[in-house]
Amino acid sequence: EARRKRIQNRRAKSQRKAKLTIEEEEDEDEDEDKAPRGRGRRKRPKPIDSDQDEEDEDKGKRQTATRRGRTTSKKKSDKEDSNDESGKEKGSRRQTRGKAASKTQKEDSSDSHNSDSENEEDQLSEGEIEALKEQVEEKKKLIATLRNKPWRMKKRLIILKEAQEFVEKFEGALGKGKGRKLYAFKIMMAKKFIKFKRDFENFKTACIPWERKIKEVESHFGSSVASYFLFLRWMYGLNLILFGLMFGLVVLPEVMMGLPYGSIPRKTVPRAEQETAMDYSVLFDFGGYAKYSFMFYGYYNNERTVGVLKFRLPLSYLLTGVGIFGYSLMVVIRMMARNSNEGGDGGDEGQFTFSWKMFTSWDFLIGNPETADNKYASITTSFKESIVDEQENQKDENIHLRRFLRVLANFMILCCLGGSGYLIYFVVKRSQDFAKLDPRSLTWFQKNEVEFVMSLLGLVCPPLFETIAELEDYHPRIALKWQLGRIFALFLGNLYTFLFALFDEVNAKMLDEKAVKNATEWAYQEYYANYSSFHNTTDVPPLNIPPADVVRGPCWETAVGIEFVKLTVSDVQVTFLTILVGDFARAVIVRFLNYCWCWDLEAGFPSYAEFDISGNVLGLVFNQGMIWMGVFYAPGLMGVNVLRLLTSMYFQCWAVMSSNVPHERVFKASRSNNFYMALLLLVLFLSLLPVIYSIMTLPPSFDCGPFSGQDRMYDVVLETISRDLPAFIGNILTYASNPGLIMPAILLMVLAIYYLNTVSKGYQQANTDLKKKMQMARDEEKNRRNNKDSTNQMMKDLEDLLPDKSLFKPQVQEKPPTEKGSKPTKMKPGTAGVNLHKEVSLASPNPRGPVSRGPGPRGGPPGNAMGPQPGPGRGRGRGRGAPPPRR
Amino acid sequence: MGATASQLDKGMLSEYQELTFLTKQEILLAHKRFSELVPKEEIDRINCRIPMSLILTLPELKSNPFNERICKVFSTSDIKDGSLSFDDFLDLLSAFSDSATLEIKSHYAFRIFDFDDDGTLGRHDLEKLVNCLTGGTDDTNLTPDEMRQLIDNILEESDIDKDGTVNLSEFQHVISRSPDFVSSFKIVL
Repeated sequence: EARRKRIQNRRAKSQRKAKLTIEEEEDEDEDEDKAPRGRGRRKRPKPIDSDQDEEDEDKGKRQTATRRGRTTSKKKSDKEDSNDESGKEKGSRRQTRGKAASKTQKEDSSDSHNSDSENEEDQLSEGEIEALKEQVEEKKKLIATLRNKPWRMKKRLIILKEAQEFVEKFEGALGKGKGRKLYAFKIMMAKKFIKFKRDFENFKTACIPWERKIKEVESHFGSSVASYFLFLRWMYGLNLILFGLMFGLVVLPEVMMGLPYGSIPRKTVPRAEQETAMDYSVLFDFGGYAKYSFMFYGYYNNERTVGVLKFRLPLSYLLTGVGIFGYSLMVVIRMMARNSNEGGDGGDEGQFTFSWKMFTSWDFLIGNPETADNKYASITTSFKESIVDEQENQKDENIHLRRFLRVLANFMILCCLGGSGYLIYFVVKRSQDFAKLDPRSLTWFQKNEVEFVMSLLGLVCPPLFETIAELEDYHPRIALKWQLGRIFALFLGNLYTFLFALFDEVNAKMLDEKAVKNATEWAYQEYYANYSSFHNTTDVPPLNIPPADVVRGPCWETAVGIEFVKLTVSDVQVTFLTILVGDFARAVIVRFLNYCWCWDLEAGFPSYAEFDISGNVLGLVFNQGMIWMGVFYAPGLMGVNVLRLLTSMYFQCWAVMSSNVPHERVFKASRSNNFYMALLLLVLFLSLLPVIYSIMTLPPSFDCGPFSGQDRMYDVVLETISRDLPAFIGNILTYASNPGLIMPAILLMVLAIYYLNTVSKGYQQANTDLKKKMQMARDEEKNRRNNKDSTNQMMKDLEDLLPDKSLFKPQVQEKPPTEKGSKPTKMKPGTAGVNLHKEVSLASPNPRGPVSRGPGPRGGPPGNAMGPQPGPGRGRGRGRGAPPPRR
Repeated sequence: MGATASQLDKGMLSEYQELTFLTKQEILLAHKRFSELVPKEEIDRINCRIPMSLILTLPELKSNPFNERICKVFSTSDIKDGSLSFDDFLDLLSAFSDSATLEIKSHYAFRIFDFDDDGTLGRHDLEKLVNCLTGGTDDTNLTPDEMRQLIDNILEESDIDKDGTVNLSEFQHVISRSPDFVSSFKIVL
């Protein structure tokens, strides 16, 4: 009974302490600790050891909190705080008691008759200790989460002191286990790790090149123009990797370990060309030394292995050439998949576009007026973009007329495309006829007819398409896609003629080569026959001709490579010239001639150029196709391309910022630039075909390149399988290539595709169902919340902070009397401390009155108004939810 | 280390660490920056306040369109002049720090956007907000028509109870789903 009394005492004491503050958590805590106390009494408490262990296993946060709390409050008791008068006295008493408690725990309760206080503590039941512990933990949690509360610093300070004192007072009862150091270490490591991760993230973002440049462009020209630059950057990254592959696995080994220049015919400029080999004009056409350098296929030797590493160069060449396609395919498809994932997830995506723009678009980190200006521009742009989008959604006029116009436009464009396709076909056919005639009898026009027609089409058709597209009146983003698709179709003709011409050339070269090869072989045979008959020996020394004088074939692979490199280079020149003349010069003229012209040039006819997104994207895509096709025949092309992308990034960024104006209707790029990717994929596939075809069917040149001397290029692989791999692998591969196995495999794949397709459709269905359900649940939740006169801590905090009754000061003085006399209000455990915090984080019970009230005068019924002095009878919440009186 | 560099004693320092999301270094830096701003004659006073005009000279706040609002929200001054004490200053930095939670950030964001301090974001608040975001100059401003449409759209999206204003819980509901709010609502000294 005495014990019970003491417990009551203690409880009263702590309650009294609680009264001293305004802290609401305080009494909640009290309530909370009552419940566990009862629990503790009822059930057999765990042995203390295990408690300590448990404590050990607890979160590190609390440990630090405790430690910090201890030191600070020690300081505090020295310093003497003005806020609670009896603090010092009490604090010291508590301290001794706390220490005693810890001692008793540690030394086991045997020697307990030392002092009064120890005596007292000793008699605490274990259940009580348990309860205390929970209370302390509660406090610690409060300390740990205090920073999450949007209160004023002063209020937080006082609560902190309160809680710390409490913790300090009772924490003695909780063992300070041996694991403390380990914890400290763990926490430290965790913190360090987090910091490291953050730093690493920062580093990673800092490593992304041109982020600021693109942001700048984006802020001025909107995301659609920026999407081109993002695409360009992505392409640059891809090409850098491909470049690494090509150089690391093919070029470098040959240059470092292969035979040096001049050692064999294929690495030597022929005697006839040596005069002009260093001429600029020759080098510029990639003849002379450039032709016999590592840039091109012909330079590579057909030795099976090079260097001390026994590097299998021909095999590596083939595998790298094919691997580049494989890697590109993989990357493009992965990117597409990721983009479509991004586009598809989250039902909320479209729900809050405007609000997000509004509330979250300002970057508070901006500290530079210029950047701020950019940001203003970009935010304005994005507002306008989304307004355009919205208007587009709301527009519904004469749908039949629209449909008719669209069909008409498509019909016209199809006619254009068909016409140009036929024109190309016709011209190509004619040029083949011309080619059979004597070249000297042809006029210049007849010789260059194909190129002329092609560039004419490229010049005329895109603007024509654009004009026709006006009929359709699509949203600019969709219009861009259509435009891209149409020009793409046009450009395919370009590609087709190019390939056609190339194959003709290759065929001619191969005939040529066959003749040379036969002649050479015949010459060798003659030589051997003559030598052996003359010297009467079979031991014939090899013919000793300087490599520059050896007769060689035309090496069609190198010719193809040169063609591609030339094409790329001329493409760069054309692009840059177009930008310089079409954009920059135009801008300069418009800008400066405007002072002395009869009409307003800036607003009127020439105006400034807009950035041509579709043209640039397609240029990039087709250029990449050229690279993919050409890189097998010209390993150096990758390097050229990387340089090209690098310069065009800077050049175009500069050009767009200096001499272009934003589109009239700034529109937002679609979230995923999958359309660009799809084009790229198509081009990749198209460029894959001829290369694979040449690898599998065309015979390589007999005297140049890594595959010389073989019937087919892929023979290197067969050779490697038969000579370097164990026999059983060869067997397995033979079986695997058996048609009897391949057919079922294909069948299986088709079935698998079908199955996966079905499954994904099922998932899609489930997904939409779930989304619908979520939406419904959310709506329900909203309604429920709106109709409930809820208690809301968050709202209270807000009111607390509003300027009119901003500070807790009045409450400090006024609250205690109201609560002192009353029993602490009964609260369900679970609303205090951390739990409160949790509740807040679950989004937002609505504190305001029911919707039915209508938007009349705010403030609620007068009796319910939030006074500075909440009556004891009223629970927290009712009436609190009403907004503060308006001033 | 702190003892020489600043007048912050260790007790205060650890309390501040406990109460804010700032690290020790950040608090010390904040104190240093704060002390630099304190007018000479007030340097000895313990609870000195820095007037808003001085706070706004900080480069971190200078080009922020909400700088005055930020000062006003975090100020505990009785006369509402937006002046900040060191406690307020730390409050500010803590709310804008890297590790502050979404709730804290959204709470303060709401108050910053609540220009007329009436506890909800009404049309008027939203209009002001848009003007702040677009720079408030004539060439970037939206036309009244666009403005109306924009605000209509915003209210349609986030005003759940259809009372014509966005209140705190609605605001947090919206904000909590935004991918980049936490990363952009940041000020680092």
